[in-house]
Amino acid sequence: MGTVLTVRDINVYYGAIHAIKGISFDVNRGEIVTLIGANGAGKSTTLHTISGLLRSKTGDIEFLESSIARTPAHKIVSKGISHVPEGRRIFQGMTVEENLQMGAFVTKPDRIAHNLEYVYEQFPRLKERTRQIAGTLSGGEQQMLAMGRALMSDPRLLMLDEPSMGLAPILVDQIFEIIQNLNKAGTTILLVEQNAQMALSVADRAYVIETGRITLSGTGEELAKSDEVRKAYLGG
Amino acid sequence: MNFLNSLISGLSLGSVYAIIALGYTMVYGISKMLNFAHGDVIMVGGYVSFILTMYVGMNGWLALLVAMVACTILGILIERLAYRPLRGTGSLAVLITAIGVSYFLQNSALLIWGANPRVFNSLFNGMKTIHAAGGQLTITPESLFTIIANIVIMIALTLFVSKTKAGKAMRAVSEDNGAAQLMGINVNQSISLTFAIGSGLAAVAGVLMCSAYPVLMPTTGAMPGIKAFTAAVFGGIGSIPGAMIGGLLLGIIEIFARAYISTELSDAIVFACLIIVLLVKPTGLLGKKINEKV
Ligand SMILES: Nc1ncnc2c1ncn2[C@@H]1O[C@H](COP(=O)(O)OP(=O)(O)OP(=O)(O)O)[C@@H](O)[C@H]1O
Ligand SMILES: [Mg+2]
Repeated sequence: MGTVLTVRDINVYYGAIHAIKGISFDVNRGEIVTLIGANGAGKSTTLHTISGLLRSKTGDIEFLESSIARTPAHKIVSKGISHVPEGRRIFQGMTVEENLQMGAFVTKPDRIAHNLEYVYEQFPRLKERTRQIAGTLSGGEQQMLAMGRALMSDPRLLMLDEPSMGLAPILVDQIFEIIQNLNKAGTTILLVEQNAQMALSVADRAYVIETGRITLSGTGEELAKSDEVRKAYLGG
Repeated sequence: MNFLNSLISGLSLGSVYAIIALGYTMVYGISKMLNFAHGDVIMVGGYVSFILTMYVGMNGWLALLVAMVACTILGILIERLAYRPLRGTGSLAVLITAIGVSYFLQNSALLIWGANPRVFNSLFNGMKTIHAAGGQLTITPESLFTIIANIVIMIALTLFVSKTKAGKAMRAVSEDNGAAQLMGINVNQSISLTFAIGSGLAAVAGVLMCSAYPVLMPTTGAMPGIKAFTAAVFGGIGSIPGAMIGGLLLGIIEIFARAYISTELSDAIVFACLIIVLLVKPTGLLGKKINEKV
């Protein structure tokens, strides 16, 4: 199997606010691992720290056996980690195609056409809209674009921050199906979700984060059955 | 004929404003700061070109090229030394620093080149003024070249940001700095490039302006800097075509106000127009507010 990502004892602060209080976890090759937790638990902060947009005061982050804890944010993607941030954050003023080109900013030129085709295969909706200004896409299409953009760099690890946010149930199903397809095609996935039920149903393993700490971990199935998780996140 | 002559002067002055406004607008777009020292970079460009032509005997066009290189380096250094260390702190600190850099440049110029106004040698000395319509319509080579330079710069810059990888990276950073980093874009490099381009263009604007209005002093850049900043806001700060339209309109309004209303009131009229535009459209003529979909 082999470990792709190891996060060891990270502590992250926003000024005086201690947002992450010693979190450790790992992600193995080929897995879907999910981090679940309430609003403000520290899920997005964790992903931002892995991406290098935030720094941990302690511990280490290892990706494919080398430390990335001090790697500048713009060098993370070429190491093989793609991050689809919360709220999509596509480039609203650019076209769909330009957004995908941005996703391929550090991709080897001879891979770009192949990756573009793969993205359009996964998201046929995007192919019909290559010249549309991204800001005018629907919420679901914007989520697809954000995911497609992240796939343009051939990621070994794809980090998704609340991909189901604000989407109608049918679209949520569709997005989760795509996540599972991507995983079957070989991409390791770290998934952050508020929709714990959906996340646990697709995850190999899961961690529960509460106010900056990991309080529970186990397989997706185990956590879906656990009393604490059912009470706190699955509505009884 | 008077009308046409004024229009040409207005377009020419407006072209200078537009070229300067580009520097303001691109820097604002990418780093959300007002670089108040931008006007003074124009002055430095003017002096470099002046010294090289007057004391070194360099050809004017070559001197312009050297001035562009000098201002490009100056712009990169200003960003590196004064603004970058403050990135992420409040915008007020950056604003005050920019004002400080502006005074620093003016006072350095005072120290190096003295307070005496210098008479700038036009880049177009020896070229003929075009007379048309039986001598009533005059087009100076300064006007003609300034207008053409502005058009060429606008086209080149528009192509640069829409077609090249570095240009698209600049747009990406302007829209969302963090997301741009997730794409692998080096934000520091993008911002440096923006300052480099803006400052290089400031040198062009400086030489063109001093060719048309040949008095060079350490404060020469201040007023056109403020006017060009106004033009950038007028057109919609952050927008490249906005800088062009804002600059041209400002130049035309200023010249027409001078010709038909009052020389003393021309600046007041310019700023009144700005206020009216901002009341009707707070983001400026072409400025747009993109609303986020969540
Ligand atoms: N830029 C910031 N400045 C200060 N505090 C912040 C900032 N961003 C997040 N925080 C705080 O850090 C904590 C963790 O926030 P984070 O965004 O990681 O939570 P989350 O688990 O992703 O929540 P959500 O499910 O609502 O997205 C919260 O208490 C939040 O208020
Ligand atoms: Mg979050």
